[in-house]
Amino acid sequence: MLYKIILFAPLVGALIAGLLGRRIGDMTAQFVTTGLLLLSAVLSWFAFVQVGYGGETQEINLFRWMDVGDFKANWALKIDTLTAIMLVVITTVSALVHVYSWGYMKDDPGKARFFSYLSYFTFAMLVLVTSNNVIQLFFGWEGVGVASYLLIGFWYKKPSANAAAIKAFVTNRVGDVGLALGIMAIYLIFGSVHFDEVFSQIADKKDLVVPFLGMQLGAIELIAGLLFIGAMGKSAQFILHVWLPDAMEGPTPVSALIHAATMVTAGVFLVCRAAPIYEAAPFVSGIVTIIGAFTALFAATIGLVQNDIKRVIAFSTCSQLGYMFFAAGIGAYDAAMFHLFPHAFFKALLFLCAGSVIVALHHEQDMRKMGGIYQLVPVTYILMIIGTLALTGVGIPGLGGFAGFYSKDAIIEAAYAAGAAGHNAPAVFAFWAGLAAAAMTSFYSWRLIFMTFHGKFRGDKEVLKHTHESPFNMTIPLVILAVGSVLAGVIFYDQFMLYKDTGFWGQALPEGHGKHKFPLWVLWAPVAVTFAGFVLAWSMYIRANGTEKRIAAGANGGGGIFYKFLLNKWYIDELYEATIIRGARKLGDLFWKIGDIKIIDRFGPDGFAAAALAGGKKLSKLQSGYLFHYAFVMLLGLAGIIAYVSMKAAG
Amino acid sequence: MQEFSFGQLSFLAGELVLALSVGELLLIGIFVSKYGASIVRYASIAVLLIFAFSGFILNGTGSAFNGAFISDDFSHYVKALIGVTAAITLWFSRDWLKRENLDQYEYSILMIFAVLGMGIMVSSGNLLTMYVGLEMQALALYVMAAFNRDSLRASEAGLKYFVLGALSSGMLLYGMSLIYGFTGTLSFAQIAIVLSGQESVNMGIVAGLVFMLAGLAFKISAAPFHMWTPDVYEGAPTPVTAFFAGAPKLAALALITRLITGPFGEISQSWVQVLVVLAVMSMIIGAFGALMQTNIKRLMGYSSIANMGYALVALAAGGIAGVSGMLIFMSIYLVTVVGVFAAIMQMRTRDGALEGIADLAGLSKSNLPLSLVMTALMFSLAGIPFFMGFFGKWFALTPAFEAGLTWLVVVALLASVVGAFYYLRIIKTIWFDDQAHTFVKAPRSLTLISSASALLLFPILLLPFVTAPARALIEAAAASLF
Repeated sequence: MLYKIILFAPLVGALIAGLLGRRIGDMTAQFVTTGLLLLSAVLSWFAFVQVGYGGETQEINLFRWMDVGDFKANWALKIDTLTAIMLVVITTVSALVHVYSWGYMKDDPGKARFFSYLSYFTFAMLVLVTSNNVIQLFFGWEGVGVASYLLIGFWYKKPSANAAAIKAFVTNRVGDVGLALGIMAIYLIFGSVHFDEVFSQIADKKDLVVPFLGMQLGAIELIAGLLFIGAMGKSAQFILHVWLPDAMEGPTPVSALIHAATMVTAGVFLVCRAAPIYEAAPFVSGIVTIIGAFTALFAATIGLVQNDIKRVIAFSTCSQLGYMFFAAGIGAYDAAMFHLFPHAFFKALLFLCAGSVIVALHHEQDMRKMGGIYQLVPVTYILMIIGTLALTGVGIPGLGGFAGFYSKDAIIEAAYAAGAAGHNAPAVFAFWAGLAAAAMTSFYSWRLIFMTFHGKFRGDKEVLKHTHESPFNMTIPLVILAVGSVLAGVIFYDQFMLYKDTGFWGQALPEGHGKHKFPLWVLWAPVAVTFAGFVLAWSMYIRANGTEKRIAAGANGGGGIFYKFLLNKWYIDELYEATIIRGARKLGDLFWKIGDIKIIDRFGPDGFAAAALAGGKKLSKLQSGYLFHYAFVMLLGLAGIIAYVSMKAAG
Repeated sequence: MQEFSFGQLSFLAGELVLALSVGELLLIGIFVSKYGASIVRYASIAVLLIFAFSGFILNGTGSAFNGAFISDDFSHYVKALIGVTAAITLWFSRDWLKRENLDQYEYSILMIFAVLGMGIMVSSGNLLTMYVGLEMQALALYVMAAFNRDSLRASEAGLKYFVLGALSSGMLLYGMSLIYGFTGTLSFAQIAIVLSGQESVNMGIVAGLVFMLAGLAFKISAAPFHMWTPDVYEGAPTPVTAFFAGAPKLAALALITRLITGPFGEISQSWVQVLVVLAVMSMIIGAFGALMQTNIKRLMGYSSIANMGYALVALAAGGIAGVSGMLIFMSIYLVTVVGVFAAIMQMRTRDGALEGIADLAGLSKSNLPLSLVMTALMFSLAGIPFFMGFFGKWFALTPAFEAGLTWLVVVALLASVVGAFYYLRIIKTIWFDDQAHTFVKAPRSLTLISSASALLLFPILLLPFVTAPARALIEAAAASLF
């Protein structure tokens, strides 16, 4: 019952707000959705304690969904530690975002719709993480995709929002094709879509080789690869990352909930859920590691030079997701999930703080037009600093620190350990990429703080007169998230790390690899590079009015090739435009203008319709109204039928 | 020779009631001047309802007059449908006739004569009874078509119908004489015995059969004997058209069914081809002919041509399945057309009745209930799933498919796709065009009938406690022929 309430409360809220929103009014709709989500969040923490500390895993069958021949799928809830963690993350962040939106969306005419979408998203996400089979997972997966599309395009009158929504949707389709193929492959090879049944057969099918696109591939490797393509789309990994920055067109609470804390981590969740498959697929795991590490690095480099406050955080998200993936790739699923957990809190915190700043400055998102407002929005300022400290992972080895300190260092250490164990080049690459990205994370995070809050105000002075701190219903969620950002690491480190062997994970993840002894420099290196990033950012943007100089240089076309390369996001969008998009458009034009209009329509619907009308006209003409015409037709018909019948009779 | 006994008269109790009461009603009509027409109408409705249910109540099965008059489950079911449809059309004609100054008692009398003829047709067991019944209903219908004798259009319609009807009667008679000549008997039962004794089918009998079927095809307006239909439907007063579209079609189809299962049951290879040709041509001409129509009565004329095609598809399949398919289809069709015409008769402004499809434009803005009713009826006629019309077609086409007439079913489906166009066009006109007229308030009889008909077309009827008894009744009726 507990889990059913957790799962269905958001759905009920979404339905009430969505279908009755106009009748019951915005206020009631907000109240109902938020109330139900708070309920769901509270119960999730109970569930988390029950499962994580009490070890009560279970499977609850709701009802049978499909039963076609050998193919069976249920609606069911699989509750283990992995699910419990996701439940807590999703419902907590979602509930806080609901509360925050009361303030953020105060003047929006579509409030009921907004809250309905938010709740619907939460439901779909919960379906995704609670499923015990890949089909239900796919249902949730597509559900969050739809919700994401609706919310990115929430301000549908803005063309850029619509374009971004479509871009997100289409990019995700590419990933979803991979996931769908992966699901089919799972059914084909294992004869089941149920996670436990699939995992129990992996040992038997380890050496199975199947043909795919004319190649002979290991069955397990193939499945792992296809699932990872799906994960790449949802979690904005390199190649399929292009939609995430544009998704910032949506309202900021959406960015915090969907594009930072929950939906984008679905890919990480999928890889961890399918951990037994990836354990048996070393080659694909290596690819996961490389893509993850490269994304961590690549997104961080772009984040260095962006000027839109939300885009900086978006690229930071992309980069952090890269961390989680390479952790999963080297087999440190515990570290990946551990990073996912506090990351949800501090990234949501950063986004919501950014939202607070944006509202305070009348929807200004360009950091070049901010500056020096820390006295005007002191709460936001302090909370954003906390978020930054958590993200950059500030702390002292052996003593403790912010949440990111535990989780990010756990990943970097795991990468070092995997690399040091030998024969794992991807892990070595991941270790160095992770370190470099950590330095850059620190740089762009502090650059954001300095440009936004310090120095002189560079925008319109009129705006400054109306700038004020956000109301309580916006700051309270921020405070709660900040508490989580500070404490999540220190409280849960012992439980999450497999080598501590507390029984927290139960059967949810494969066996751990044991604790290594690390050289001292590995423990201190992340801290050192983080500090270096901070110092560099300070010297560039605070010392001697650095911010103004850099903005002026950028405006005059300065900054060099490398700067432009980063500013334009490695020209990936342009590359896609030139190759895939233009090519697809040409191909589409070919099919549409020639294939469809000239051939199918002409001989199909249009041609048939024209022929039908022409036939109708002829028949009308025949219907002349003259009796002798009618009689003539009758006799002609009679003669025809007699002729036909006698011909048949004659053989 | 079978001895005559008065007990046999119970088999034709319904017809006797009609025949005996029609004389009295005529006298009342003549001598009661003030409320004569009303008294005759309500008495006629009562008589028609008695006729409708007499078969079921007395439930006698057998034959009278040496097998010339048959009473069986089939005739009971068909007569019940005919009687009820006629009573309903008579009831809702009242208002329309009054407004057009046509409210005369002869209308009810003619209706009774027509139904009496249909009853005899449906029960006929002999070529002569059949012809007598057929002509009796036809003569009444000719007069009804021209009932508005001040209207040029109505007179033209009546005259055309009469002349072409005479031609078709000629064909029918010629076919009957051929049959008599080659078999030496008029009785259906005897013909069947003679034919079953022959090794190969005589060409003369086949020719006779074709002529007879051609004559009957005229009555159900199957192509290529359909030419009168659009003109008569358009020209005749609307309540008359409503009557034409329902009961006489069913009566003639029942007669065809009796012929092909009774006397000619043995030579199915001959008549299947004829029915297939008639069905294909009807469906195609009905579908394409309606495309260009602007008058809704004319459109319904083409629609009935197409629908007779579907009924013939079911009959062509033969067997109990085919006959019950036809009966199911026709039952649903009758419910639909009665509703459609009740809706059409509500199209009236202060200046008079309207018949154009364009006059329905924007109806949804001025008269939402009528729009909903019309929409449901059109969806059902188009065969959109989960309206009853869909199931009607389903049961009509399934036996044909199972009998191996796959290509015929394909033609039927394609024709109904084309047909869907003009039904949906009416819906589009109602809901999406700019408003053309505001109709005056319709009398309760019409709104009641049209809404009841639309409601009946919702699949609520699929509930087993309604459909199962109806299916059982229809299957018993079909089985009684074999």
